Amino acid sequence: MVRLDYDVVIAGAGAAGLAAGTVCAQAGCSTLIVDREGRTGGILNQCIHNGFGLRYFKEELTGPEFAYRMSEKARHAGAEFALNSAITDIKQLEDGTFDIRVLSGKDGVTHLHARAVMLAMGCRERNRGAIATPGERPAGVFTAGTAQKLLNCEGKLPGKSAVIVGSGDIGLIMARRLRWSGIEVKAVIEIMPHSAGLTRNVVQCLHDFDIPLYLSTSVIRIDGKERVEKVVAAPLNSDRTPDTSRAFEIECDTVLFSVGLIPEMELARKLGVKENPATGGAEVNSAYSTSVPGVFSAGNVLHVHDLVDFVAEEAEYAGKCIVDYLVGAKTGKEFSSAAGKNLKYAIPNRFAAAKATRFLFRPTVVTDRAVLKAMVDGKSVWEKKLAFVRPAEMIIAEVAADTLHGDVTFELEEL
Amino acid sequence: MIYDTAIIGSGATGAATAYMLSHYSGKTILLEKAHEVCAGVSKANSGIVHGGFHHPSDSLKTRLELRGNELIDRLQHELHFPYLKCGILVVAYSEPELETLRKLYRQGLDNGVKDMEFCDRKRVFELESKLHESAVGGFFVPNGGTIEPYGYVFSLVECALKNGVSLQCDFEVVSGTFADGVWTLKSADGGEIKARYVVNAAGLFADEVSKALGAEEFKIFPRKGEEYLLDRNSAGRPERVVFPVPVKHSKGVLVIPTAGGTTMIGPTAEAVDDKGDTATTSDNFLKILKLTQNMVNGLTARDLITSFAGLRPVHESEDFYIAKSEKSPNLIQAAGIQSPGLTASPAIGEFITSLLKDAGLELVENPGFDGTLPPRYEARKLDDAKLQEFHDNDPAWTNIICRCEEISEAEIIEAVKRGHTTVDGVKFYTRAGMGRCQGGFCSAKVLNIISRESGIPMEELTKRGGKSRILAGKLGELEVK
Ligand SMILES: Cc1cc2nc3c(=O)[nH]c(=O)nc-3n(C[C@H](O)[C@H](O)[C@H](O)COP(=O)(O)OP(=O)(O)OC[C@H]3O[C@@H](n4cnc5c(N)ncnc54)[C@H](O)[C@@H]3O)c2cc1C
Ligand SMILES: Cc1cc2nc3c(=O)[nH]c(=O)nc-3n(C[C@H](O)[C@H](O)[C@H](O)COP(=O)(O)OP(=O)(O)OC[C@H]3O[C@@H](n4cnc5c(N)ncnc54)[C@H](O)[C@@H]3O)c2cc1C
Repeated sequence: MVRLDYDVVIAGAGAAGLAAGTVCAQAGCSTLIVDREGRTGGILNQCIHNGFGLRYFKEELTGPEFAYRMSEKARHAGAEFALNSAITDIKQLEDGTFDIRVLSGKDGVTHLHARAVMLAMGCRERNRGAIATPGERPAGVFTAGTAQKLLNCEGKLPGKSAVIVGSGDIGLIMARRLRWSGIEVKAVIEIMPHSAGLTRNVVQCLHDFDIPLYLSTSVIRIDGKERVEKVVAAPLNSDRTPDTSRAFEIECDTVLFSVGLIPEMELARKLGVKENPATGGAEVNSAYSTSVPGVFSAGNVLHVHDLVDFVAEEAEYAGKCIVDYLVGAKTGKEFSSAAGKNLKYAIPNRFAAAKATRFLFRPTVVTDRAVLKAMVDGKSVWEKKLAFVRPAEMIIAEVAADTLHGDVTFELEEL
Repeated sequence: MIYDTAIIGSGATGAATAYMLSHYSGKTILLEKAHEVCAGVSKANSGIVHGGFHHPSDSLKTRLELRGNELIDRLQHELHFPYLKCGILVVAYSEPELETLRKLYRQGLDNGVKDMEFCDRKRVFELESKLHESAVGGFFVPNGGTIEPYGYVFSLVECALKNGVSLQCDFEVVSGTFADGVWTLKSADGGEIKARYVVNAAGLFADEVSKALGAEEFKIFPRKGEEYLLDRNSAGRPERVVFPVPVKHSKGVLVIPTAGGTTMIGPTAEAVDDKGDTATTSDNFLKILKLTQNMVNGLTARDLITSFAGLRPVHESEDFYIAKSEKSPNLIQAAGIQSPGLTASPAIGEFITSLLKDAGLELVENPGFDGTLPPRYEARKLDDAKLQEFHDNDPAWTNIICRCEEISEAEIIEAVKRGHTTVDGVKFYTRAGMGRCQGGFCSAKVLNIISRESGIPMEELTKRGGKSRILAGKLGELEVK
């Protein structure tokens, strides 16, 4: 067994891992980016549509193009890669460094040693089982991402006529993708009163193709003994239970689920990293350090992002913080931050008092006029007006250094 | 060719019978209507090796359950299917329940259940620290636990085949006639099998098969049981199988540490009309979750990874109906095999063998019988040194395909080599796709491996045979409107 030493080992070569790895390598840290897949780029590789990079690269790219640019940056910066290599365990040693167990077809079992670890494992899709969708269990039920992979990476048709459950971005993008492949899309069914996806995707992927979107509607059954035959859906009553008297059937041979993403936290759990129940990811401070010193996290494994550009920005910043940690910078005094009214979560969960902090929020309401407030000791000490608030779109707020002098709770007030 | 015995149905009952008959040199064939073995209730149940205390001692069920429990122990050593012998804890959660608990305990003693232990409150918490605070007492049966039911059936069939039994899948028996001492069984698509003796082990369809063979007319009543699987990281995974005090017709809803490492809660018990009705409902999930949250701490809806349902084949007697047919010659009926049918199955196999003997089947020992299978290895369970050794022989051992369950490419190749060419077949053999992402990440890879190893084009692969195709063709084949 070989034993290899690095300053930092990054779990995952998606946008997050690549961005952080680039920064670490540029700063002269020995950096290894590990991914179980055979190519770098993570989920971007199957997103062959465009719309990526407008913010980060200031031009419109496809997913694979974005991935390629990120990979090239990391390579030029001097980061090393271990692909087709799955990290199965990470342990913190007594001196605070890490032992990382990797399995690969090429080398077998390898233990890496690192001074810092970056968790960038992305997320998995919530599936039919996880939301307990009733009915039979025929072939033809996929998560939207699996169908995307089958179409875009394998060149296979997942079916001929589909219903999409959930109107998250992946579901919307897939509706259009199916149509472009000659697959009929009978309906998109969304349990909430509003789409879970970006507005631009609703317009470009549904409206432009006349695909019906049923809001406040739930799937009450999937039927089919061998292959899917139909979906039974019903609108919701005011108490959010399905009104079965108004149930309707849609014939189809395929059902795609696009019902949310869950951070792939299994490695983090093995490390004993403290979790944030609101995100499903780790709790972090403003240096993107988790509760275990030396373990950092960014990207979709930290919280689900709407745009890869934000992932890259966040992970780049986390990369700088890893470098600071490796050169021995101290954190200083920290306050806690929490999500209050109309906010699902706030990131980071702790912040350094003396530094400017970029906070990220996920709102729970739809409104066109609101004010975001930072409450310390029950008093608003900082405010920001917002013109367009949607659960699908993250709120980003920079708060200057020395503005918040205590533990803070953020609130979103509708105007 | 004329077989000595044809067994209809390859669930636990049929497979165990085939395995028992393979100890003798007669020619046996196992017939299954599905594309792969273990397609009925034997793949959708709680997987518990029961202790023998749930039913009265005068029932056939109890006798076979106790014997089956013992035999499974021995079989596990020889066949290496996953068996978590964690013991069974029956828990009372109120004073009135203690009364019923004592009765059940006494019944267990009467039945001759070994090593039972009555436990006060302190002791039940010693045995299971995750019990809900309201637990007041219980009893413990160490000789029991959970198996992977499909793994168990697969290994019985594999061992039977190794010892000369034949297997024919995609053979649905639709009629049978007996002439000159020989049965001619016909399949739905015109196939024919001849055998001197027939065993009806068709599970839910045993009534229809009996009718098709001109034998007794009886009815099998399907009773549905829904089960819900939780992530292997669930904080509610108990150390023991946790039973409540039973209610009429059902052992109640349980918390089950599965042999595969996940946690299962269920089952429900509900009479249904349709033998194909294996749908699950969200109402039932919430009901079961609530019930089990009052039994064991740490169970959450968030950990749910999937659900399924199985149908118990219930005979009107509520007992097993295993007997020589009074109406048709050389036919053994094995019907009404509801719970504890899985536990009892090896004993059922033995019993059927003795009934066949009584009916005139000659049993001559099979001199070449080898009742052991090579141990099965799983990358997830091997230590570094061993895994490296495996890798050095075959690098596929460290190529992880299913990330949630850590299943290697080598295990999937092995499944295909052993005849599993459907996605469900590979899943049940290896656990690939059984974890938290339910195949979201690995299904494309698994399809590629099955296709490569079996030579079946990817578009033709199915979930479980028949028309259950996974894909609808190649990109570019459909006209874009
Ligand atoms: C299906 C899907 C479609 C999307 N579509 C769009 C879109 O159209 N537009 C848009 O802007 N954004 C989209 N996003 C969001 C955006 O692309 C992602 O937020 C971003 O790419 C996530 O980057 P990441 O690095 O955090 O995670 P990922 O890209 O998921 O990368 C994580 C990597 O970690 C690896 N990994 C995980 N665990 C291990 C381990 N134990 N050992 C080794 N390697 C491991 C994985 O193999 C993977 O390569 C989509 C996301 C998904 C899931
Ligand atoms: C929810 C639930 C939980 C349970 N839990 C437990 C438990 O924890 N412990 C326990 O001991 N027992 C349990 N049981 C009971 C146990 O699962 C059954 O008793 C056992 O699996 C019955 O096996 P079988 O072989 O008789 O039937 P099956 O497994 O149904 O096998 C019958 C086979 O016959 C085939 N077949 C049918 N008709 C034909 C035909 N015409 N031609 C050819 N083939 C045909 C079918 O395809 C099937 O493969 C449970 C049952 C349920 C429903």
